[in-house]
Amino acid sequence: MTVEMSIEMTMGMQAELQRLLLKDSVSEFFVREADLLDARKFDDWLALLSDDIRYWMPMARNVAMDDFDREFTAEGLDANWMDEGIETLRQRVAQLATGVHWAEQPPSRTTHMISNLQIMSVEPDAAAPQLVTTRCRFLVYRNRLETEQDVFIGKRNDTLRREAKDWRLVRREIYLDQNVMLAKNISVFF
Amino acid sequence: MENEFDIDGLVDTENGVISRELFVNRDLFDRELDRVFARAWLLVGHEGLVPNPDDYFVSRMGKDSVILTRNRQGEILVLLNSCPHRGMKVCRYDQGNAPVFTCPYHGWSFSTNRERVDSPGALVGVPRFEEGYSGQLDREKWGLPRCPNVVNYKGSIWASWDPDAPAFEDYLGDMKLYLDTALDHRDGTPGGSEILGGVQKWRVRCNWKTVSENFAGDLYHEVSHISANLAEIGMTKGKGRREALPLRYAIGFDGLGHGGLGFPPSYEERPFEPGLYGDPEIDDYFRDIHAARVRNLGDRLRVGIVVGTIFPNMSFHADQPRSLLFAHPVSATEVELWRMYLVDADAPQSVKNMLRQYYLRYSGPGGMTEADDIENWTSVTTASEGAIARRYGFNYQLGLGKEQPVEGLRGAVQSGHYSEGNARIYYRRWAQFMKGDSWADMMPGRSDDR
Repeated sequence: MTVEMSIEMTMGMQAELQRLLLKDSVSEFFVREADLLDARKFDDWLALLSDDIRYWMPMARNVAMDDFDREFTAEGLDANWMDEGIETLRQRVAQLATGVHWAEQPPSRTTHMISNLQIMSVEPDAAAPQLVTTRCRFLVYRNRLETEQDVFIGKRNDTLRREAKDWRLVRREIYLDQNVMLAKNISVFF
Repeated sequence: MENEFDIDGLVDTENGVISRELFVNRDLFDRELDRVFARAWLLVGHEGLVPNPDDYFVSRMGKDSVILTRNRQGEILVLLNSCPHRGMKVCRYDQGNAPVFTCPYHGWSFSTNRERVDSPGALVGVPRFEEGYSGQLDREKWGLPRCPNVVNYKGSIWASWDPDAPAFEDYLGDMKLYLDTALDHRDGTPGGSEILGGVQKWRVRCNWKTVSENFAGDLYHEVSHISANLAEIGMTKGKGRREALPLRYAIGFDGLGHGGLGFPPSYEERPFEPGLYGDPEIDDYFRDIHAARVRNLGDRLRVGIVVGTIFPNMSFHADQPRSLLFAHPVSATEVELWRMYLVDADAPQSVKNMLRQYYLRYSGPGGMTEADDIENWTSVTTASEGAIARRYGFNYQLGLGKEQPVEGLRGAVQSGHYSEGNARIYYRRWAQFMKGDSWADMMPGRSDDR
């Protein structure tokens, strides 16, 4: 009897441990990613993205309580803040490297913060995860020149895929909590 | 207005010097709201924002919030979005559908349906009407003020609050041909474009004129966009920031204030450039469209343009990307920019997708080109607020004295590729508005048959 219970407990603990390890591994990936962006190591950041990445940032409308399905602009149809693939993200990094991209010359100081991380789904399972969807909150602080500052706060839905023993970002949805964008431009990555 | 301004002293287009006061002075800004924005024809939106009866879109004219709506009779109307009772915004959603607008403060409600009211926007509901107002209130006088002039021009909606404003097409003059290049179908047939859903709105700390002037014809700011060219953001890999075009001319309409970077009228089409769009399927689509354009336009006059500005604060990109830009005044040193993007309504989704992604990496706050423009505009502003800086007017002498008439266009002049001629035209028009000149003086020789 006691032996059977301890096997059950062990198995339960093992599942719980796998869940925690997965969450920690994803969290570690996001922290590492944020660190690369804040250190302006944009080429290293690009290496964390999969070749088929979708990087999408819709705009938010002011709508009534019963009209939430129209709150955000539609992917693949409407204008958005950003609608990117790997090629254009590489072009953006190339633009930063030119030294004459005035929006980031001199470069901004940024801090990327991530919190409220949740694992929303795992395929095939937490023991050998290959594809993970996550949800979190972000805060991106940008300070540039003498006194200019912007605070971007919102929600992020990400999809990660296991490639070559590390995670690769496959999809990023960025929901900024702003209607009229209060920053003059988006020269940062989220 | 306490301070009387010497407008002609601030705008010396003969010598090409314009005071920095235009870009930082708060009193001038307040006067602009009244003298420019309460009189001029302004872009308000697009019919695609209000396709069905009772649809609405909240827009701006100057600093006034307005409701663009279509009533049940199909009329497109522009109403002031401020309750006549105590000023509350009666509509606080960006876009939607509503049979009446009801003020959240004291509950007055307003209708545009001509089956209910003689004058759209009139008051239809007043809480405590009998006990509080003895059932007596002039429902038209206390309705939402309705803009007297509204025009649907090829889907774009324009309005002016001045009952004496000239007809919209007179106000445009032959700049209309250039605006058409943004609004018409790529195959040369009139209209036929639609806007993508979603309006980009963002704030920039600069004067609204800094933006409008930039798009009125500044080919000179090439150095701003070196990084976008080096990163090769064009539709095809390795083609710079946009398709390679021959050098454009600064073509302006003196006396109207409009201008753009484009080509003088011609009677034949430039040849199709294969390979521009990378994807062979999309390239084939545009080859067919080009062939249709050659057929449709025949040997008729046509113009080409890249960017332009309709005085005072509407600008457009006409030739990939295609978009309409509003530079809404917020303060002397802040503007709220709105961008709407255009595609041919009947283009296949694959083409619309390619264009959408190209537009967004080019323009708007995330645009690799526009982001650098914005950096210039904000730094121009902060560096012009000091007492010493304000003593030094800006130099607008590029191309001064080189203006030549443009054959085939009424009132148009061009002063070469690199010229500030259009900016001089723009600020001369601004000065006329600011001095409060009459429409008779500002539209000489035009039939005022409204």
